[in-house]
Amino acid sequence: MSSVDYGEKFYSWLDERVGISGLIKVAEKKEVPVHKQSMWYYMGGIAMVLLAIQGLTGILLMVYYVPEISSAHSSVLFINTQIDFGWFVRSLHSWAANILIFILFVHMFSAYFMKAYRKPREITWFSGMALLVICFAFGFTGYLLPWDEIAFFATKIGLDIAAKTPFIGATLADMLRGGSEIGQGTISRFFLIHVILLPIALVAVAGIHLLLVQLHGMSEPESFKKAKKKKYEKFVPDFLVKDFMVWLFFFNIVAAVVALFPWGLGPEADPFAPAPAGIKPEWYFLAMFQFLKLLPPHIGPFEGEILGLMFFGVLALILLVAPIVDTGKNKFISKCFDIYGILFTIGFLGFTVWGILD
Amino acid sequence: MIKSSRRVFTRWITGVFAALWTGMASYPFFRYLISGTQKKQAGAELVTSISMGKVDDFIPGSAKNFKFGSAPALLVRSEEGEFYAYNAICTHLGCTVQYSDEKKKIWCACHGGVYDTVSGKNLAGPPPKPLKALSVEVNEGEIIVSRA
Repeated sequence: MSSVDYGEKFYSWLDERVGISGLIKVAEKKEVPVHKQSMWYYMGGIAMVLLAIQGLTGILLMVYYVPEISSAHSSVLFINTQIDFGWFVRSLHSWAANILIFILFVHMFSAYFMKAYRKPREITWFSGMALLVICFAFGFTGYLLPWDEIAFFATKIGLDIAAKTPFIGATLADMLRGGSEIGQGTISRFFLIHVILLPIALVAVAGIHLLLVQLHGMSEPESFKKAKKKKYEKFVPDFLVKDFMVWLFFFNIVAAVVALFPWGLGPEADPFAPAPAGIKPEWYFLAMFQFLKLLPPHIGPFEGEILGLMFFGVLALILLVAPIVDTGKNKFISKCFDIYGILFTIGFLGFTVWGILD
Repeated sequence: MIKSSRRVFTRWITGVFAALWTGMASYPFFRYLISGTQKKQAGAELVTSISMGKVDDFIPGSAKNFKFGSAPALLVRSEEGEFYAYNAICTHLGCTVQYSDEKKKIWCACHGGVYDTVSGKNLAGPPPKPLKALSVEVNEGEIIVSRA
């Protein structure tokens, strides 16, 4: 072939200026273990793609969304009904948010059961937990913005729960609410947190998380470490191509779900109307909601609800400290964390299903 | 040779599919952004005429900037007592023009463009074209401005 390869020419032009081949050499050295549990390695990448979808659709929604109490609901209605593909963009944002939370749970528990939090990956685990909290905060603040009936009550309940935190709770809830009642002050604050503060926090923590993953490489499960024959594949191009295929497949699935089941919009919030019958939180808060319903108003001298919330705090804390306690030196502790993880998963799934059926 | 041409073919076909997919995936977002701009403009075109009050409210050699539909407009009463109205958008770079008492002409503050009060013709400065005129009618002492 006598034609000049323009791609190669451009590559060498770029390489002379930014040293791209150095980066590629590093990437080529990177290897990914191949074993029965390899599929869990894709979860972080899927979460990243979903976050990218959230960023893109979030920016697009801001083009038409108005964070003002008398316009918020109508502007979302305008997006849903008047703007071409507005329903699609808005639905994509809501669906991808929910699927993201689900994938984050899968990502977290797959890392947990593979003991991927152990040395030297403790900070990767902590930053991952921080990312989960950030995503919950995204969900909570974003939920209010369409200013429909369910959004109003979800925020009211959420902030009342926050207000129960000892010492700082009431002040914190007032600061977030912008006063004693949910209104314009709350919309302004939640909007600001949702579109400015949380994205900055997300980029910073996700940056650390990804950097650490690159630094340590993929974690190898115990069974793989003990195996006589270990198989690896190259990250570039083998794993990356598969990664890319998974992302593409996932994106298409999400788009199909969005097209088939567009996200609805309830009637505009009325702060003086009673809560609608059968009101329930989002599925990821459903297990907590269902559990709290079981508790009596008072347990001994304590309020049942506060004890319940403290119990959830302890459950989450055990997950958080896993890398510090379960270092792999003690087999009994290691087993305890396995059992805890299984019980946590069963409990979470059980209460969630119960909450859905109830 | 066979290997090389197969590789070239695979590359091409992958590229074509990637381009098609990207086009398909970006189309909704493009339409999303463009449809909002089209809808806003449609509502603004509805205004065809507006009352500007009584003749006596304007002394000769005075003017008033006002809103005509979604666009700024200018009503001028010349020294001779005649009324003229224009679309107040400078034909240079779209600033809003005003009446200059000093020059007795329509003037743009941004780059110093000057237009004739009676004809709207561009007289000095960078504007390439005259101002777009609106028609003015006086009906029983009331000034009515409408699209020319």
